Amino acid sequence: MTDTVERKTLTREHLLDVYRTMRTIREFEERVHAEFATGEIPGFVHLYAGEEASAVGVCSNLDGRDTIASTHRGHGHCIARGVDVGEMMAEIYGRKTGSCHGKGGSMHIADLSKGMLGANGIVGGGPPLICGTALAAKLKGNGGVSVAFFGDGGSNQGTTLESMNLASVWNLPAIFVAENNGYAESTSSTWSVASDNIADRAAGFGMPGVILDGFDFFAVHEAASEAIARAREGGGPTLIEMKFTRYFGHFEGDQQTYRASEVEHARAELDCLKRFADRVTETGELARPDLDAVDAEVGVLIDRVVAEAKAAPLPTEADLLTDVYVRY
Amino acid sequence: MARNITYREALNEALTQEMERDETVIVMGEDNAGGAGAPGDDDAWGGVLGVTKGLYHKFPGRVLDTPISESAFIGAAIGAATAGMRPVAELMFVDFMGVCFDQIYNQAAKFRYMFGGKAVTPVVIRTMYGAGLRAAAQHSQCLYPLFTHIPGLKVVMPSTPYDAKGMMIQAIRDNDPVMFFEHKALYDSSGPVPEESYVVPFGEASVVREGGDVTIVTLGRMVHTSLEAAGQLVADGVQCEVIDLRTTSPLDEDTVLESVEGTGRLVVVDEAHPRCNIATDISALVARKAFGSLRAPIEMVTAPHTPVPFSNALEDMYIPDAQRVVNAVKTVTGWTR
Repeated sequence: MTDTVERKTLTREHLLDVYRTMRTIREFEERVHAEFATGEIPGFVHLYAGEEASAVGVCSNLDGRDTIASTHRGHGHCIARGVDVGEMMAEIYGRKTGSCHGKGGSMHIADLSKGMLGANGIVGGGPPLICGTALAAKLKGNGGVSVAFFGDGGSNQGTTLESMNLASVWNLPAIFVAENNGYAESTSSTWSVASDNIADRAAGFGMPGVILDGFDFFAVHEAASEAIARAREGGGPTLIEMKFTRYFGHFEGDQQTYRASEVEHARAELDCLKRFADRVTETGELARPDLDAVDAEVGVLIDRVVAEAKAAPLPTEADLLTDVYVRY
Repeated sequence: MARNITYREALNEALTQEMERDETVIVMGEDNAGGAGAPGDDDAWGGVLGVTKGLYHKFPGRVLDTPISESAFIGAAIGAATAGMRPVAELMFVDFMGVCFDQIYNQAAKFRYMFGGKAVTPVVIRTMYGAGLRAAAQHSQCLYPLFTHIPGLKVVMPSTPYDAKGMMIQAIRDNDPVMFFEHKALYDSSGPVPEESYVVPFGEASVVREGGDVTIVTLGRMVHTSLEAAGQLVADGVQCEVIDLRTTSPLDEDTVLESVEGTGRLVVVDEAHPRCNIATDISALVARKAFGSLRAPIEMVTAPHTPVPFSNALEDMYIPDAQRVVNAVKTVTGWTR
């Protein structure tokens, strides 16, 4: 597949940053996959590997005014929004030092100070909330935008459809990003989504709909940049659909007997990191050693955060009853 | 200075004063202004019961009509609350919680705990509850027990105009999500309400009548039913202490327990269905913590375990009335081992 989108010039630092973030997500997820298999990580874990260009392509257009809401497959969105990777890993291990002090886990990592309103254990949980953060930004007049990420499964939830309608009715600075990775759990989106494309539904809500190759960072970055700029200027919401596949199962432990061999093909031919690297080295904007250095740096980081998470203390009985209310 | 105004006017005054005081307070809901996009009056309704009437023109841009999309706009109120606003959203009838409950109990209620204390969600969800308007099974339920069950929510139900105003102001200033229950039969009731701003704190029950023979614990509209019964019982020489819980989460256990320790007898009056409701909750509390004081088994007066019926004849039988409270009190005073 070729990249068809002409990209805006990104600075060398920006490109390195993008690559570092995508590589961090990949390494984080590959490592969680491996560690989960040892039985040390509790609970349900849904990995984002393969989808990095979506989170990073969108979030690299955001700043401190902006908010995102994520999904059960949220690690990538968290990292793309700058949530501390060490705290994330500790949270996944259920440690007191985690992002949520071990009270949330993989499906609920959040950092509101980073504009990250949480991964979400409820499919379709995020879009209504994002209407609210977008409304707050609109009323404050600060130019902030809000982004709801959801999957092809979430695209069929009434909450998502209601939220797209409300966002248009209220003309909110909201972006709806449908990450169509092909499967809602084990159910194919070609079966569960009645329209040909999720983005086709945008017309019904009076907003632009965009369909993208979700493996192509530059395509995502460009389209998101345009939609976000429009939203900041009062032009209302956009629905963006990413088409790609996830590299792992719905959750860790999923035997994936419903799938064919698309993952091998995607990893070999479509992979966002590989294509990003090929492209920036072809243009000469970055050199292989630059990327290799990032890879090494990220490898060290992930080794460190896993070791720290394993060594970190568990929450104690005193933590069980705190933070239910601000004041009760 | 206090003057008599209605429960509806008291709520409107609370909203007005808080919107004047704090520009982050916004109001949203179906028809909360009314007439959005229509050719006529753009403040046509002020909510289906007129509680938000007049706010639209006083506070431009801060009173938002919504599509009939409860999940989206209740969720939006919750999201806006995490982003520095203090939204007051109207879930018209609490029966409609079925189309937006996820946003309330899985999102708003859990953010603070689930995110390790890092979220503040100061949202108020106003909602109308209760039977009595011949509104039938899907527009007449109480349902506050369902919300009371959920950690992270505060659940409040003023029974008088005074409490309606003070508790609304408290709800708006509160930093936790508040479910604010307004009984539909109380909107036109009137009573003394100070003009100035004041708060009624949550978790403080009100002893609305003192008496030494029987404790009646109740809430919402049933406070008035219980007071009526207590008045009738004087003729029988029975003095009832009537406690209005005012909030079911937080719950003022001490006021209930102290009263029962004095009277030794408890009747709980709750308009909700009888299983897992506030009456059972209070009964369990007293049985556990004041067992030694009880001189008779606890009596509960509740609606039956049926949907709310439509016909006048049936609905009047469904709603607990003063006679049933009187009978329950006589049962506990007449009980012998």
